[in-house]
Amino acid sequence: MTDKLLQLDNATKHFKVRKFLESNQKVRAMENINLEIDKGEILSLVGESGSGKSTTAKVIVKIHPLTSGKILFKDRDIYNGYYDKESKEYKQEVQMIFQDPFGSLNPTHTIRSILKRPFLIHDICSPKKVEMYMKQKLKEVGLEPPGQFLDKFPHELSGGQLQRVNIARAMAVEPELLLADEPTSMLDVSIRINMMNKMMELKEKNNISYLYITHNLAGARYIADRIAVMYAGLLVEIGPAERIIQNTLHPYTMLLKKAAPQPEKGFSEEKMNLSTEIPSLINPPTGCRFHPRCEYKKPECDEKIPDMREENEGHFVRCYLY
Amino acid sequence: MEESLLKVNSLEAGYETQKGNIVAVNNVSFNLKKGEFLGVAGESGCGKSTLAYSIMRLLEDNGHIFSGEIIYKNKDLVRMGKNEVKKTRWSEISMVFQSAMNALNPVLSIKAQLLDVMKAHSDSFDKSEAVKKAKNLLELVNINPERLNDYPHQLSGGMKQRIIIAMAMALDPEIIILDEPTTALDVVVQRNIIEQIDGLSEKFGFSIIFITHDLSLLVEITDRLAIMYAGKIVELGKAKEIYQNPLHPYTKGLMNSFPPLTGEIEISSGIPGKPPDFLSLPPGCNFQSRCDYSMDKCKNEEPELSNCKGEERFVSCYWVEEECCDDG
Repeated sequence: MTDKLLQLDNATKHFKVRKFLESNQKVRAMENINLEIDKGEILSLVGESGSGKSTTAKVIVKIHPLTSGKILFKDRDIYNGYYDKESKEYKQEVQMIFQDPFGSLNPTHTIRSILKRPFLIHDICSPKKVEMYMKQKLKEVGLEPPGQFLDKFPHELSGGQLQRVNIARAMAVEPELLLADEPTSMLDVSIRINMMNKMMELKEKNNISYLYITHNLAGARYIADRIAVMYAGLLVEIGPAERIIQNTLHPYTMLLKKAAPQPEKGFSEEKMNLSTEIPSLINPPTGCRFHPRCEYKKPECDEKIPDMREENEGHFVRCYLY
Repeated sequence: MEESLLKVNSLEAGYETQKGNIVAVNNVSFNLKKGEFLGVAGESGCGKSTLAYSIMRLLEDNGHIFSGEIIYKNKDLVRMGKNEVKKTRWSEISMVFQSAMNALNPVLSIKAQLLDVMKAHSDSFDKSEAVKKAKNLLELVNINPERLNDYPHQLSGGMKQRIIIAMAMALDPEIIILDEPTTALDVVVQRNIIEQIDGLSEKFGFSIIFITHDLSLLVEITDRLAIMYAGKIVELGKAKEIYQNPLHPYTKGLMNSFPPLTGEIEISSGIPGKPPDFLSLPPGCNFQSRCDYSMDKCKNEEPELSNCKGEERFVSCYWVEEECCDDG
């Protein structure tokens, strides 16, 4: 029996569209998402741009409030009750790493001043010891010698180094859950794997859980224990990482798999026709939201959204094919 | 032997800074054949973009081509006057810039921007012809021609990217240089765009220089690959051969730095260290400090790009010379 750390229970997020005289339109960014993250687990959330991945992360860190449903952290509702009052405590336990390392550090502050804050705000240590703690955290993420980095400004560091500072800042408060929103997509390919190794190492050492958001299935497979695939605001497939890749069920996951560069598979001349794009979330297609792009479309697909059902142990899929 | 369309001979280009000259492209030579799809790969800061801007003659004010030549159709682009360059640019060689999402002017319609390109680099269009051409271009990249009057914010990232590609094709150039055209896009859109580029190149016969740091993309689609490191080409050859048997240690490192989707997962470490500073390049081989196979010789002498294993395979590495090329 594993401990559930985070639980999303029918979590739904709609954004209001502000348009003159048309006040009833909503962007349905997240619709009835049910997710669980266990302690010490890496769950990867995969999907195209605009599928609601980042919204999910932002709702969890309370950047956007939830429209309906519940989010439980350690069995406590984060929007009502304990964590609503003790929101600082929640923020200490759940931290986020953003996609753009160049944009998420204040360019006018030194690394020291950026990194000092989490320690002081959350009373991690006495002000005298901050320097020592900062150096220790920088060492942990592989920035050595740490003293040399503290007096630098963000523009003096490379993308990979900045992202490490971001990770160090998030790790400073010793969180239990880290939300990583495409942390490697702005980095060079040669640095990405280092970054992922570092994150896995920190997970082993401190037993943190991750929600790792990405659009790259290969990367998700490398880092994650379980993969959840999102399409147009709905969860379409979730299960153990290896099973999702080897025994793909949902047609959308198959599409993602095909689109990923796979030089190891040889040089196929096979072309895909991917002219359609993700549908508008203001007026999503009726029924299964993927049906306009689906190869295996059946008559019932445009009538009702299929239910999530368990196909194998722990492997759920939302599709009429099964 | 096919005739080469573009010939770059020992090109040296870079930037003047207060701390000294940075030679970001160092002694680079290659040929581009008609209709060929050449990939250029390397980490950030290895001189890929400087190479592209040199060919376009679009280097910043402090950027210079120090020596070498770029021969296009028997003319040397390096020695061409400004006005002459303007005539070749876009009508013969065009470019898709990095972060194309921001390359469109947000306050002008797509139509105005496409017409601008045609007006600036060619005299042969009157207005109605130009509009017709613009509509054709949009159809080529699978965008409804009715979107012509749209503004950039009304289009998705993938569509903007395709508009930029349409713009590069506006004057039927012979060569299109793509500088990281898909970096900010997600995998599905990326695949879509690359297939379109490939299809259009087959249809119209233009050559492509495709610059990216994501080697996994290149090996599938390009004919030939050039791997750049610290301003130099360290390996050049057919994409398939390089993928199946990477020779230079740097290429090996790049190959190991993306996890596979199928097959076994190996925990790999990527490439340790970081690219050298252009202002203080180490003596000998530039890659030596990050290299697992480094020898004494590597610390002092610089290897040259030399032929290895077949006609079209070039590598610059002493280790490869000793280990792999002796038998031949």
